[in-house]
Amino acid sequence: MNNALFESLLRLGDNTLVIGHRVSEWCGVAPVLEEDIALANMALDLIGQTQMWLGLAADVEGEGRSADDLAMLRDVWDFRNVLLVEQPNGDFGQTIMRQYLFDQFHLLQLQHLTQSTEDRIAAIAQKAVKEVTYHVDRSRDTVVALGDGTEESNRRMQAALTKLWPYIGEMFAADAIDLEMATAGVIPDPASLRADYDAATRVVFADAVLTPPAGDFAHGGGKTGFRHSEHLGHLLTQMQWLQRAYPGARW
Amino acid sequence: MYAQMVKSEASQEDPEKLAAFQKRIDANEKIEPKDWMPEGYRKTLIRQIGQHAHSEIVGQLPEGNWITRAPTLERKAILLAKVQDEAGHGLYLYCAAETLGVSRDELTEMLLDGRMKYSSIFNYPTLTWADMGAVGWLVDGAAIMNQVPLQRTSYGPYARAMVRICKEESFHQRQGFDIMMKMANGTPAQKQMAQDALNRIWFPALMMFGPSDKDSVHSSQSMAWKIKMNTNDELRQKFVDQTAPQAEYLGLTVPDETLAWNDEKGGYDFAEPDWSEFHDVIQGNGPCNADRLEARNRAWNDNAWVREGMMAHAAKKRAQKVAAQ
Repeated sequence: MNNALFESLLRLGDNTLVIGHRVSEWCGVAPVLEEDIALANMALDLIGQTQMWLGLAADVEGEGRSADDLAMLRDVWDFRNVLLVEQPNGDFGQTIMRQYLFDQFHLLQLQHLTQSTEDRIAAIAQKAVKEVTYHVDRSRDTVVALGDGTEESNRRMQAALTKLWPYIGEMFAADAIDLEMATAGVIPDPASLRADYDAATRVVFADAVLTPPAGDFAHGGGKTGFRHSEHLGHLLTQMQWLQRAYPGARW
Repeated sequence: MYAQMVKSEASQEDPEKLAAFQKRIDANEKIEPKDWMPEGYRKTLIRQIGQHAHSEIVGQLPEGNWITRAPTLERKAILLAKVQDEAGHGLYLYCAAETLGVSRDELTEMLLDGRMKYSSIFNYPTLTWADMGAVGWLVDGAAIMNQVPLQRTSYGPYARAMVRICKEESFHQRQGFDIMMKMANGTPAQKQMAQDALNRIWFPALMMFGPSDKDSVHSSQSMAWKIKMNTNDELRQKFVDQTAPQAEYLGLTVPDETLAWNDEKGGYDFAEPDWSEFHDVIQGNGPCNADRLEARNRAWNDNAWVREGMMAHAAKKRAQKVAAQ
């Protein structure tokens, strides 16, 4: 098995799985009906992408596991998502800020992945990039609207940005796996996406009347699996419960 | 989903106008928003369409209860798609109601403070994964029974909304039955869950058609106006006739010892639900009434700042546009 390829696919699939799950937690209790529809739609896209990424990861692994096995039967230390996506929903402002910070990265990543030397990755990215283009449009516009809305909505969006700021850096931190895959042209070097990300987000924060916090401290440990936050275990407890409680059942 | 026990209003208008209106209805003409209509017709429709819309919105909650616990990625995706459809149904129905001169916000306020109802079925809990199957199979099944005839209802915007809704509901029912098949043919624990779900949801599903015709006081005017197309008992009978053989196919037992095919009437004999329980639920004493309303109120109130923020931003944009002109 190509371990670096497997790990990279887990990183892609776990990001979409975990943030898709978080978004799905909003089901039925969104601020307005149009948001209920939009959030469910986005969660649906992300879970669909997860099926493709983890399906491919399972194929690459070649040990007979399925995408569902990877999603439902791994424990916290085997997950490879960045810490940003496992952060709790908080208020709607925190949810939509987390979404924008991820979507902007996700779009840049997918745009490069459509050119991957690994055809199966390029094919998934081509499908996903269309969906994520729409995700960015929506989360960016919502961040701008709420940042530039009322005093209260601005205050809440600023609080969300301040809280999530230290989780941005991990998306761009390259490790040996990333560099091996980037050298082979399979994935982009995440560090190479940073300049475009900063340029795009700078404009959005200005339009949203938000002040990016000083400093570039970044938490890490999610994508390597070394040290997730405490939040991930609770998410998995709920998501994996049926598969764990009734092993071997077919649903 | 649908509306139940909608009180229809009498009309005090000019008898000539009323007669001409009734003639149009009898000729199966569609009534459109700008046409003259009796005040009672308008009010009854607002109540019925509003209640139907609220049912779609509150109906997201018992299923949303399982989205984060769906057993596979595919089941999660299907359930998300279904709940998204329901929010979409709510949206078309609120739009249909708006053509009658009431705003979505007004209807929402009436749901939140209890002046308007939603279908009593959503005041029952979803306790196991099999409930996702049983809700699709029985609850969406009962809703379809109610809604298919409403595609021919006299009010144009309602009838047209119902055409699209019915297509999606039949997908919902099929996915519910598919879950039930997996469960009924699964492990002993899964089969037990499936039977338990049927035991709990059977009678509440029968209640969805409303009280027996002999006790249903609001039907005749609504039937004459073609806002209601069939009587409660007709639809209930049709539902049991369709569902009893499906339960048998699944190898599950309907929790009604009196259920038996009656050759003479060409349909099943079956026990009536406990109507005192039905009235308790309608009065607010179902197992989940308080939770459901609290969840909707919290979603509305805690997120008021989001709606206000969006509106304030839109107003700023409009002002900038005007200033630039």
